[in-house]
Amino acid sequence: MNALLDPFRFGFMLEAFAMGALLGAVAAVLSCFLVLRGWSLMGDAVSHAVLPGIVLASMSGLPLAVGAFVSGLFCAVASGWIKAHTRLKEDTAMGVAFTGLFALGLVLMSKHVSDLHLDHVLFGNILGIPRPQLIEATVLSVLVLAAVLMLRRDLLLVAFDPAQARALGRPVAALNYTLLTLLSLSIVTSMQLVGLLLVIAMLITPGATAFLLARRFDEMLLKAVLSAVGSALVGIYVSFFLNGSPAACIVLVQALVFVGALLFAPGKGLLRRA
Amino acid sequence: MLTLEANQVTVTYPSGLTALRDASLRLSGGTICALVGVNGSGKSTLFKSLMGFLTPTHGSVSINGRPVREAQKQSWVAYVPQAEEVDWTFPVSVHDVVMMGRYGGMNFLRIPRASDRAAVEQSLRRVGLWDLRDRQIGELSGGQKKRVFVARALAQSSRIILLDEPFTGVDVKTEEAIIALLRELRAEGCLILVSTHNLGSVPEFCDQVVLINRTILCYGPTDEVFTPENLTEAFGGALRAFEFDRSTVEAHDDRQVTVLTDDERPLVLGKRGHLEYRERQGREALVSEREERERAARAAKNGAQED
Ligand SMILES: Nc1ncnc2c1ncn2[C@@H]1O[C@H](COP(=O)(O)OP(=O)(O)O)[C@@H](O)[C@H]1O
Ligand SMILES: [Mg+2]
Repeated sequence: MNALLDPFRFGFMLEAFAMGALLGAVAAVLSCFLVLRGWSLMGDAVSHAVLPGIVLASMSGLPLAVGAFVSGLFCAVASGWIKAHTRLKEDTAMGVAFTGLFALGLVLMSKHVSDLHLDHVLFGNILGIPRPQLIEATVLSVLVLAAVLMLRRDLLLVAFDPAQARALGRPVAALNYTLLTLLSLSIVTSMQLVGLLLVIAMLITPGATAFLLARRFDEMLLKAVLSAVGSALVGIYVSFFLNGSPAACIVLVQALVFVGALLFAPGKGLLRRA
Repeated sequence: MLTLEANQVTVTYPSGLTALRDASLRLSGGTICALVGVNGSGKSTLFKSLMGFLTPTHGSVSINGRPVREAQKQSWVAYVPQAEEVDWTFPVSVHDVVMMGRYGGMNFLRIPRASDRAAVEQSLRRVGLWDLRDRQIGELSGGQKKRVFVARALAQSSRIILLDEPFTGVDVKTEEAIIALLRELRAEGCLILVSTHNLGSVPEFCDQVVLINRTILCYGPTDEVFTPENLTEAFGGALRAFEFDRSTVEAHDDRQVTVLTDDERPLVLGKRGHLEYRERQGREALVSEREERERAARAAKNGAQED
């Protein structure tokens, strides 16, 4: 019986629970907007595109987060520009931009000898977070969360009906860039802890799950956050016993919750239609 | 004074297609004006330029004599989008959508005040959707969906309203309800521009018409613009005509011909190409005026023969 409480006996585990829940909540709120805008690929794109920024920052001694943020945002803006000025669709523009930047990052990395390991970037490490990083991640997460929640009505309006937003004189382009900036910040923050491959999932799955379960937007936000926080806690807890990657366990639980919603969502679930 | 003005507007899309060339137009308040043209003639493109969603490649738009940007800041113009442009799976309720009409006047957290709630309720009641206010928008019929966006335009309380194909895919009941509402708004002095490719309903409620086909062909009062020549020019070969002279309708049919159509109202033109209306009532003056003219024409002709 006592063995089941073991994960709560270690400081690093408690920190992991707290950070997992916080990062999960931030990503979940963003994922609602990404899913509704048809921008699910954007998380994928930006999180790959940060790589050259990280390498360049590490070469020049700047904070990695700054480099990551700049190159992630560059990718998002460049895709938007290509889409607006050519006949290409947005997903194509994004695909070209982010794979190009990721490849650039790989090439730079091979030229640059440092303590930067691809493994760390890809998978992160949520167990044993250095204190300064813990504080930085907490502050950034709280800021992003507060900003998104405060702007949620305008962001929703722009997602639902950009024409109406313009008719009311809302700054549509500025709101889009704000959302992209917040997305990049969230990715940069989460990446060092859960790794870029799993940030992508955290930026899609909770929103997708909540979309299946909600009829109103605020309800969707709430359900996305609940599913993300729950998945983080359960995932990290399970990983302790499996001795597996905590981030992978979080995402796996999120995926299972999604499957549950798919099958059992009231009224809409595949098994409820019959 | 409400005015809506386009000066030599040309719109070229990034694909290279010029959807609108040199389109000029000037309308002013207290009118329902139809924007009539075939699919692809640039109706939506003109609307988007008037709303400032598209910046014209050449030319300019002005609203109440001011640039579009200022009109947007002041929410002078409300827009009812084409149904295809809306994502109906969105997790928003009927009430949420109508409330979006009020965002312009709210503080930046967009927390509705009592006056906003009252305006939303009044708009929803006016289009008969108050009882369905908590429905997710995808759970509505085609006609109800259209009315949600009309209610949003009402809630915005803008005096200039643009409606893009409000009658496409809509049942007759909704069409009549929307038309009744537009008439009320015209009586209140609003400037309303409605795009449609359904010719039949235009004379019934629009006092002005703009004919469009990649440019503005002509515009003005309905009975001046709605002539067979103008319509043929606007629609090219896309119009189906039923000419009584060439048909098997004979003298013994008198005026007992019944015209039936499914959802689209027929446009009926008289012998000399003038408009015929559904209701004689209220248009007695028009009818007697025409009879007068006919009699005068006949008399002149007879006089000429006797000479
Ligand atoms: N975003 C766009 N990009 C490229 N071409 C477009 C775009 N929107 C419309 N068009 C083209 O412009 C022309 C006019 O379209 P539109 O204004 O939608 O006409 P309507 O509303 O009268 O049916 C059409 O040929 C259409 O294919
Ligand atoms: Mg159109």
